[in-house]
Amino acid sequence: MAPDDELGSDTDCDKPDCSEALHQLYEYIDGELDEARRADIHDHLDKCGPCLDAFDFEEELRRVVAKRCHDTVPDALRSRIAAQLQLPPDA
Amino acid sequence: MADQADFADQAMEYMDQLYSTALRMTRNRADAEDLVQETYLKGYRGFSGFTEGTNLRAWLFRILTNTYINSYRKKQRRPSETDLEDVEDLYLYRRLGGAEQAALSRSAEEELMDHLTDGRIRDAIEALPEQYRLAVLLADVEGFAYKEIAEILDIPIGTVMSRIHRGRKQLQKQLMEFGERRGYVDTPDTADIDTSTDEVATAVEGS
Repeated sequence: MAPDDELGSDTDCDKPDCSEALHQLYEYIDGELDEARRADIHDHLDKCGPCLDAFDFEEELRRVVAKRCHDTVPDALRSRIAAQLQLPPDA
Repeated sequence: MADQADFADQAMEYMDQLYSTALRMTRNRADAEDLVQETYLKGYRGFSGFTEGTNLRAWLFRILTNTYINSYRKKQRRPSETDLEDVEDLYLYRRLGGAEQAALSRSAEEELMDHLTDGRIRDAIEALPEQYRLAVLLADVEGFAYKEIAEILDIPIGTVMSRIHRGRKQLQKQLMEFGERRGYVDTPDTADIDTSTDEVATAVEGS
């Protein structure tokens, strides 16, 4: 197996610390890590610009995805359900 | 034990969220409306089984998900237990210049995010195979914790994590492919990015 030469600049995240952090990127941005592990990654991001950029990008993308997927229930459906549950229509 | 008379008071506020998820699940407005209505009816009837003080939102999403899986999914083509191809980490970021060119510039990143309109993101999510789609929706759009998603989908937490990971990476690949087709992401430093895509973005967003 050839090493990842085409990505292997010194700006790339290919150091052991980086790959360890990247491995838990999603758990980190989802707030699913325990305190100690979270602090480790936080320290790494303080020191490593490329990783910080990548983490920021993923976090921002997650925010944008969430923001773009919110719909509002049509009034007719809301009224139908309210009626079903025996409420005044606009409660 | 929860009192049925309190159900409407407590549950109505989650309707927009349930409806948004139902739309992405069924990919169809009429089915989404029926699914939400059925969810509320089941919730109302079964409210005595809800433990007061626990997470009502997760409880409703669980009803929504089970109802979808048991009734609505049959109308659509049977989902196969698809194994997604492996997509590398940071797929979109790296393709947009992140790893190769120092860092993805702020402006290129903002530009990309601006081009990810409602329509594009929704299409990309709806194109995900079902099991990944549900996990990504519950995590990214609804912000549920892994443990809650495990309970809603009734799968182990490790499976939740792997579905979220693979689903997100696949989502990035879809977004990249849309971008390439529209010609706005292949080279972030292309000068005429704006002119070629603004009207498309506006058209989609204006709906």
